[in-house]
Amino acid sequence: MTTMPITPAIDERLRDVLAGGDRPAPPGAPSAAITLGWRALLKIKHVPEQLFDVIMFPIMVTVVFTYLLGGALAGSPREYAQYLIPGILVQTVVLTTMYTGVALCTDITQGVFDRFRSMPIWRPAPLVGALLGDAIRYSTAAVMVIGVGLLLGFRPAAGVPGVFWAVLLLLAFAFSVAWIWTTLGLLLRTPASVMNMSLVVLTPLTFASNIFVDPQTMPGWLQAIVNVNPVSHLVTAVRGAMAGTVTTGQVGAVLVACVALIAIFAPLTMYLYANRE
Amino acid sequence: MSQNINPAILATGLVKVFGETRAVDGLDLTVPAGTVYGLLGPNGAGKTTTIRMLATLTKPDEGEAQVFGLDVVRQAVAVRERISLTGQFASLDEDLTGLENLILLGRLRGSGKVRARARGTALIEALDLTEAADRQVKTYSGGMRRRLDIAASLIEPTDLLFLDEPTAGLDPRSRNWVWAMVRVLVEQGCTILLTTQYLEEADHLADRIAVIDHGRRIAEGTAAELKASVGSSTLHVRVADPETRSEAARVLTAALSAPAQLDSDPAALSIGVPEPDRAAAALAELAGVGVGVAEFSMGQPSLDEVFLALTGRPTEPATPESVGATAGTEAQS
Repeated sequence: MTTMPITPAIDERLRDVLAGGDRPAPPGAPSAAITLGWRALLKIKHVPEQLFDVIMFPIMVTVVFTYLLGGALAGSPREYAQYLIPGILVQTVVLTTMYTGVALCTDITQGVFDRFRSMPIWRPAPLVGALLGDAIRYSTAAVMVIGVGLLLGFRPAAGVPGVFWAVLLLLAFAFSVAWIWTTLGLLLRTPASVMNMSLVVLTPLTFASNIFVDPQTMPGWLQAIVNVNPVSHLVTAVRGAMAGTVTTGQVGAVLVACVALIAIFAPLTMYLYANRE
Repeated sequence: MSQNINPAILATGLVKVFGETRAVDGLDLTVPAGTVYGLLGPNGAGKTTTIRMLATLTKPDEGEAQVFGLDVVRQAVAVRERISLTGQFASLDEDLTGLENLILLGRLRGSGKVRARARGTALIEALDLTEAADRQVKTYSGGMRRRLDIAASLIEPTDLLFLDEPTAGLDPRSRNWVWAMVRVLVEQGCTILLTTQYLEEADHLADRIAVIDHGRRIAEGTAAELKASVGSSTLHVRVADPETRSEAARVLTAALSAPAQLDSDPAALSIGVPEPDRAAAALAELAGVGVGVAEFSMGQPSLDEVFLALTGRPTEPATPESVGATAGTEAQS
């Protein structure tokens, strides 16, 4: 090895730092996931604009749909709000989940994921950490819709506990759906294509549902679709929880959907993640 | 040297196929612990794919590799504890600050909050990045980013460091930092596998070099051995009159018994020189036959010239040969 003329000062300082003593033991699974969740929080701190869509979008759709359809569908916006707010809450949060896949795809294109993958950490930690950060986004969107809803006259009969359980169920569903987008985020090459594909899946899921109107007014074939749509079951359960009329069966249907989504897409995500070229 | 005792890397018959392309095609590699090993080759030679397989990011299709005796597929988790990887493109979180990146990676190596911050801060200082410590990485220049990127791999002591084209596109100052880091690390017992497209860099840093082309090793040896296979240096000549270039090529080829390469500049040519002494005699012969020389210089052989010497054709597929670099002189005939 040929010696190069380099400032000796550089060598001295580097030598001191790099002689770092013993290497610590690799972190446990929770520790690695929490550290990567902290990373997600830092990203929100440095790029607060990324919360824009979970603040502005919910305000916009809640106000627009309540006033646009309220008079025609329920006689008045205030009356319609009782029906619509739980539904629009579901739609907003479920739509927000697609950014999970977009963010994952962006991460991969930046190359930082390869570094994580070459480190001695619990393999799903980067994905779980990212989901922890997304919890903040989903919760923000939920709080915005409920806040605007209350201003528009929405009065949930089951009060604060009802709303709390409804949001919790919604978040559970959001985390389950998010695995679809992490799968897409690993499968597709660009964040833009992840976004497009997500919209193709989400648009029918959220519109062919009971979010805006009672399915009874729909033609039979559409009712059949709406009634098997897991988003409809979620909306029914969220409405029920907020009204204080929820049944175990309604919650159970949502939880079955959650388990099914995770059972299919979490292993698929992990497989793609582990075998990425 | 402890060449055969416990090598840091031992790979045999590695193959990686992407569609129709055999990116790595039966590569053998032995890297003794505590040395710097260079993988030298042009773009697309399979250097990055090789590193990705050794760093457990990609599974080999055939063959096997061990890092400190641990299999990179079956014992990937244990391998990851011993290695650090700095990829070709900055693998940092662009939204986070430089210091946050180092703390994040320190924590992921298992260090506590206090230690992660202390080491991160010390590394930032040692790299002259103190002013940029609290700025987002996306505002960094290429050189700053690269320094931080390599520092991120060293946040905790590592036994084997992979550096994929560590100095591509760097200004001389940042390049010096990188080279200094490599030297200090080796002093401390770290093994380094680096890839480069520049023979000069491999020459400065690496104890041994493998020349890679089309996923195969076409030569292996020390820098001196490789250069000997090309001629220890290269004579670049510009003739005064482009018309006389072919005459100059003929005279120089005869005088130095090596093939002359015609450059894209119609007046320029270059030729390998086995011993520097003979260059002066060859130039004198040019004057003897009346070929005017506008300028000449002696330089290290370029990677292209190494390839020419090893394969006979700079860009064509090479025949797999375990050319001990010392035997490379045969390639000149």
